[in-house]
Amino acid sequence: MILASVLTTNLAILVLAGFIGFVVISKVPNTLHTPLMSGTNAIHGIVLLGGLLLLGLSGLDGLSKVLLVIAVAFGTINVVGGFLVTDRMLEMFKSKPKPKAEDEEGGS
Amino acid sequence: MILATSFLQSESFIYVLYIIAFSLFIQGLRGLAGPTTAVRGNRTAAVGMAIAVVATLLYPGEGNWGLIALGIAIGTAVGVPAARNVKMTAMPQMVALFNGVGGGAVALISWVEFRHHGSTYGHHVVASTVHTLVGPGGESVSVGHAIVQPAVPTYVAIFSVFAAIVGSVSFWGSNIAFGKLQEIIPGRPISFGSAQQAINGLLVVLALAAGIDLIAGAESEWLFIGMLVLAALLGNAVVLPIGGADMPVVISLLNAFTGLSAAATGVALNNPALIVAGMIVGASGSILTNLMAVAMNRSIPAIIAGGFGGGGAVEGAEGAGEHAGTVKSTSAQDAAIQLAYASRVVIVPGYGMAVAQAQHAVRELTKELEKRGVEISYAIHPVAGRMPGHMNVLLAEADVPYDQLKEMEDANPEFQRTDVSLVIGANDVTNPAAKNTPSSPIYGMPILEVNDSQSVIVIKRSMNPGFAGIENELYYDPKTSMLFGDAKSAVSEIAAELSQI
Repeated sequence: MILASVLTTNLAILVLAGFIGFVVISKVPNTLHTPLMSGTNAIHGIVLLGGLLLLGLSGLDGLSKVLLVIAVAFGTINVVGGFLVTDRMLEMFKSKPKPKAEDEEGGS
Repeated sequence: MILATSFLQSESFIYVLYIIAFSLFIQGLRGLAGPTTAVRGNRTAAVGMAIAVVATLLYPGEGNWGLIALGIAIGTAVGVPAARNVKMTAMPQMVALFNGVGGGAVALISWVEFRHHGSTYGHHVVASTVHTLVGPGGESVSVGHAIVQPAVPTYVAIFSVFAAIVGSVSFWGSNIAFGKLQEIIPGRPISFGSAQQAINGLLVVLALAAGIDLIAGAESEWLFIGMLVLAALLGNAVVLPIGGADMPVVISLLNAFTGLSAAATGVALNNPALIVAGMIVGASGSILTNLMAVAMNRSIPAIIAGGFGGGGAVEGAEGAGEHAGTVKSTSAQDAAIQLAYASRVVIVPGYGMAVAQAQHAVRELTKELEKRGVEISYAIHPVAGRMPGHMNVLLAEADVPYDQLKEMEDANPEFQRTDVSLVIGANDVTNPAAKNTPSSPIYGMPILEVNDSQSVIVIKRSMNPGFAGIENELYYDPKTSMLFGDAKSAVSEIAAELSQI
């Protein structure tokens, strides 16, 4: 029973998140699709959490530890790199609405 | 103090932090609906991520702090300089690479999870012990006790296997996409020809068979590794035959894959933040994949099934010299005169412009033309770059005003009243063969109808075909004149000539 409810709750979250994702992402204009993609990229770096959780388990052998350190490093590259690069791109777009000022300092 | 610690470490508190985290992700992505709110949106999502990480570290029993610090330090040391230094032109590769490592992390996590269960999802005896106890009456009682590791719930096994397969496909597929975009691997389709689909199909069947065996409780680490390897081969086999022009679809699709595999990991680990984040990315990737496929008038299955236009594309590439008709070449001076006396000029930027880093020179040229009262706009094909929206980023970097950026649907009707279309490094997206030649591999793809304008100037390095390996009929049109040379220096030369008129 308890297992079933955990599963069904998680499936409910899964389905709802899918719908919310579709609604929210549909509103992003074509112009911002590259930052959108690198931003969502950063968000799926959240698998980092999986690595962190497993590193908390006891009784991991050497290979498991090595694999997890790689996983955490991968996830961190994904998160940190993704958010930074998105920020860089979006800063360029932000300076756009005032195109008249030609000498304005560009981007980041 | 103890009370405070136990509260912070309670499942409910951690769960609440996760809810806050994914709310921030959604709120952050809502910000991406407009350029003015986008920066804050991205930072909001980053704060959400920081909260999710902290929440995870609060779990009671969390340990191996040194290893956690090591992993995060390596990741930061690699990720930060990469993100800081990457050129905007190389953004598709960067995104492919970031996407790949995400998928790799998912696959590795599933693997360790499997190992931790004792290399099986089924129940199994971990150890047998015999204890000798002293009974109530002082007598010795031997108690035999087998420690049985209970079976993992079937759904956890299913989601873990799914995450492992899709994560591995995504990791290798993204790396191949990176290699192609970085031109380490040739952009043209590399395939086994007609056997390709059979090979792909076989790899899918074998990987699934291994996965089902594991879900059924097989106890073998090698089987799991074999499954990862099969998925890795599949990732290679699927992306290698896909031509460069289809890369925006591939990147979007792999992005969706990694998202879905993260969501599956979330279900397996019972972690709501992972589920929500993964599904949002899955949705985003799916929407973009579909948009890109529509822009190319190609179905997603057809793209994945292999090869851009099969052999036709390669033949087209080799037939470059055999085309009937002549190419008219022009000089920077003539081009400058043509532009100076135009009343309306449309710039058609393509990937070639980006490669030559010519966008700033183009911006200078258009400023000069604007001073002379020429009306300027930029016509941007949805797949002009190597990923969705790529060209807009490059032009934004060069400070091109928004209102000059026109999407394909808005730009096409305007070409008929355009005096000069200046095509800079764009190739396939201007090819009239997509409309006129049913035998062309790109037939049916929506294009920028540049050949409707009064005259066309094409700046191009040489007559070599584009990334998709297809010849462009536009270059043989009598209205078209070619200005051969590097995009950046050609544009600068035109600008220099212009200032003397």
